[in-house]
Amino acid sequence: MTAASTHYLICLKGVIWREGLRFVHQRERFIAALVRPLIWLLIFAAGFRSILGVSITPPYDTYITYETYIVPGLMAMIQLFNGMQSSLSLVYDREMGSMRVLLTTPLPRWYLLFCKLIAGTLVSLLQVYAFLIIAELVIVDVPLLGWLAILPVLIVSGLMLGALGMLLSSTIRQLENFAGIMNFVIFPMFFLSSALYPLWRMRESSEVIYQICVLNPFTYVVEAARHALYLKLNVEALLVVVLCAIVFFALAVFGYDAKKGMARRAPA
Amino acid sequence: METTLDGAGIEIEDLHYAYGAKKALDGVSLSIRRGRFTAVLGPNGAGKSTLFSLLCGLIASRNGRIRVLGFELSEAPRAALLQMGIVFQQPTLDLDLSVAQNMTYFGALRGLSGKACKRRAADCLQRMGLNGREREKARDLNGGHRRRLEIARTMLCEPSLLLLDEPTVGLDVPSRAALVDHVHELCIESRLTVLWATHLVDEVWPEDDLVVLHQGQVRAAGAVREVLANTGSADVNAAFAALTAPRQSPASAEAAAP
Repeated sequence: MTAASTHYLICLKGVIWREGLRFVHQRERFIAALVRPLIWLLIFAAGFRSILGVSITPPYDTYITYETYIVPGLMAMIQLFNGMQSSLSLVYDREMGSMRVLLTTPLPRWYLLFCKLIAGTLVSLLQVYAFLIIAELVIVDVPLLGWLAILPVLIVSGLMLGALGMLLSSTIRQLENFAGIMNFVIFPMFFLSSALYPLWRMRESSEVIYQICVLNPFTYVVEAARHALYLKLNVEALLVVVLCAIVFFALAVFGYDAKKGMARRAPA
Repeated sequence: METTLDGAGIEIEDLHYAYGAKKALDGVSLSIRRGRFTAVLGPNGAGKSTLFSLLCGLIASRNGRIRVLGFELSEAPRAALLQMGIVFQQPTLDLDLSVAQNMTYFGALRGLSGKACKRRAADCLQRMGLNGREREKARDLNGGHRRRLEIARTMLCEPSLLLLDEPTVGLDVPSRAALVDHVHELCIESRLTVLWATHLVDEVWPEDDLVVLHQGQVRAAGAVREVLANTGSADVNAAFAALTAPRQSPASAEAAAP
């Protein structure tokens, strides 16, 4: 291995290690990441079970409870929150200066951002699996192999949602502006998707909203996860997720380019 | 890639930079000598931070040239960065990590790991008077020691050039004096090229080099003695006051400042 490739690897390990330490230190963040979907699963879904019947929809072979239906959407929600939270920490890092340390590392900038992205994705995997364990213990039955089959999908979707967060962070100047983005990104993405209700049900209520859901990349994250969890492959959903991940990341790298994005910001 | 033989640490030619309509740097040309402590003195808004951001590649200018230790910054930014230790005006430590963990993280970014990194870290911490404090959280260090840790961190990779952007901001008087002394000593002992931005004249020593930056322009550059002679001033304070005195009406000068 050359000295250069060793440097790349050590840097990646370092960024992951730091993100891991931050994760361990911020126990509240971990608990919040778990409590949020569990409230949906244990309270919201219980209330809605009797109102919303879910008929046989792929990938399910039989009638399922509403709790079973929303588990993949909640897993995706964890990753969505984590992606936005990572970008929040990027904005914070930039204001506090530690992003400067990362960006003045003598490696290509796209690679440094990619390291950040991988580290954030790994943290989101820990959160999703912790949630899945609790969901399995309490209510939902997930096929044993589904736990494994979901992993590659979670990696891709984690990268996509992390890249989206990174892209947003490159356009935000101040921490205060971020709260608005959270509201305008997280909520619409989550509610205008197949996370809480199958799209055909949405179509019965409103064709326009249905079309928006179809255009929402988050729908494909949810569907890719839903199919993988029950050992089915949804190629279309997976392709959309991969493509979005690439586009979001490319735009984020562009946003952090010295000549374009950061150049517009006066130093503090 | 060319190597400078004339001993210039940093060469800047006709550098311009603007934030929208606001000019931050307006035709800056400079030559910083190797192995010297050069103070970049300028009031707030003079363009010091912009100059530092350009030097470390955080932002890039379409006009002008920067050569750092012989490396053209636009062509070989990473080779130049490898030689640089940078201390930003904003604190950049991870306050939740310990002193040792901050060193390890920074070492990893620079490709150092394992025992080699630990050994170097111990050396650098010792040099900055932080030995024995490895397990303390960065948050528990006082302002002066946090700055020292940032400098110790940059020394991990044995840089030839140290860039410090107003590193004494927010420090009390004794910590400030100690840090100024420390970096001067470091410059002499290790033959480091140091570029130190400040708006405080008492941080400049008589044997230093001096650049006076005002409203995005270089008003004077050279050894402190030369600058004093050229301006006919008795001390740096008087020279600084003379060089940054408004040339037009005060109102128009203020409007031009970024």
